[in-house]
Amino acid sequence: MAYPTQYRYTKEHEWIDAKGDLATIGITDYAQHELGDVVFVELPAAGSKLVKGKTFSSVESVKAVSEIYAPANGEVVETNATLQSKPESINNDPHGAGWLVKINLSNASELSSLMDAAAYEAYIAEKQKEASA
Amino acid sequence: MESVNSPANTGPRKTPLNALHRRLGAKMVNFGGWDMPVEYPSSGGLVAEHHAVRNSVGIFDVSHMGDIRIRRSNKSGGALEAAQYLTMNDASKLALGQAQYSAMLYPQGTFVDDVIVHRLGEDDYLLVINAGTREKDINWVRQNTSKFNCMVEDLSDIYTQLAIQGPRAIDVLSKLTDANLGAVKNYWFTHGTVCGLANTLIARTGYTGEDGFEIYIPADVTTSERVWIAVIEAGKEFGIVPCGLGARNTLRLESKMALYEHEISDTINVWEAGLDRYCKMEKGDFLGRTALEKARAASLPRTLVGLEMVERGIARDGYRCVDQSGEVVGVVTSGSPSPTLRKNIALAYVPPALSALGTSIYVEIRSQKCKAQVVATPFYKRIRKAIAP
Repeated sequence: MAYPTQYRYTKEHEWIDAKGDLATIGITDYAQHELGDVVFVELPAAGSKLVKGKTFSSVESVKAVSEIYAPANGEVVETNATLQSKPESINNDPHGAGWLVKINLSNASELSSLMDAAAYEAYIAEKQKEASA
Repeated sequence: MESVNSPANTGPRKTPLNALHRRLGAKMVNFGGWDMPVEYPSSGGLVAEHHAVRNSVGIFDVSHMGDIRIRRSNKSGGALEAAQYLTMNDASKLALGQAQYSAMLYPQGTFVDDVIVHRLGEDDYLLVINAGTREKDINWVRQNTSKFNCMVEDLSDIYTQLAIQGPRAIDVLSKLTDANLGAVKNYWFTHGTVCGLANTLIARTGYTGEDGFEIYIPADVTTSERVWIAVIEAGKEFGIVPCGLGARNTLRLESKMALYEHEISDTINVWEAGLDRYCKMEKGDFLGRTALEKARAASLPRTLVGLEMVERGIARDGYRCVDQSGEVVGVVTSGSPSPTLRKNIALAYVPPALSALGTSIYVEIRSQKCKAQVVATPFYKRIRKAIAP
């Protein structure tokens, strides 16, 4: 699956797509693939604060719990309510319908420290090489 | 013979099918020191593998399991006496070709390991043991059988063990063997030619709660891969898929089969684990018996129960059980979504006072109290075919 070039990516496999101060956050295709069939998603309430690098959500497959880390500081303005009944959206469309939260960024310039799509793809290629070694 | 575990190799151990799993694109994990497939995206992943076994058939590489043979060293042998002393079930009740679920216990009545004891011949027994406890088990068996007139052999590395599980397992395996599998009852075994391999041990056993077979073939890579591929070919018409440890875990959990270091361990005794029916106190002396006798007279501090989550949340291994006031009352030993029941289920140790069906118990999930209730186990029980009149 292609990694959208306008998104920014974390080493913990979250993506963030900012349009001005409003940003959408999700987990990457690599992350959903590692996790397997997603069966449960826990999301923060609207209005709660995200602290960059701290967990704000958990996504669970049958076999594992994965903590999701905030790629930036901000306040939650909307959560993806459809994930409660359709958690598999994260597997089927991780970069689109499987988004987790929308936030108001505290400081949009923070995103420049994250990886772009090319850097992220190189990063996961390295991970995959390690795994098959 | 090619060896995948040369002494120079460090890191996790590999079964003879390791390279094949990797070629299939399996996700691999370290399980008890073994590099094992947890799921195969090419099979559709854990949930698809689980359903394949419940509804049709799946194949598992379980070569990491160990095998210990105890047999008489001369005509007046003591292998049965040794097996009786080492294990809690009554091995004297086994007919030739029969197997039984059992366990080896410490003198305290807690678990060295759970085992399946097969009676291979006159005074000749095969114990199939867990992967993570192999060295401990073989040492335990050797230490505790020295006074009996028997030989102990560790056969763990000479077998590749394949589990073919599901209601269509018999149809798949029947295409590859001359053995009359229909005549082999649950927890019995036979020997037959499988894929041209004469005298192969074929047991109607498994760890899925479904009908199925486990076969024991030579552990070289070429033979192991050849037989795996033959089973896949034979199973194609039934939709067979390779299955990993992830599905193995959900299948055994639904069927309430114990997993070492979870439901049973060196600190949990037989009564707490609820395995009374496999423990034959009347058969005579055996390791652990004296302690179990005492423990039976005292009241149990905890007992294993099945839980079903009432509130949204998945109980996981090691999560704490609390009562309404938040007081810790127990611990989850295994917890997962159940693909068959489409509910979140768990096994947990709680005080007997909280073990009645319908009792509310809370599970602490990331510092949140989530309501669960005690339910009947096993969570899933297969419907056995009625015997024709």
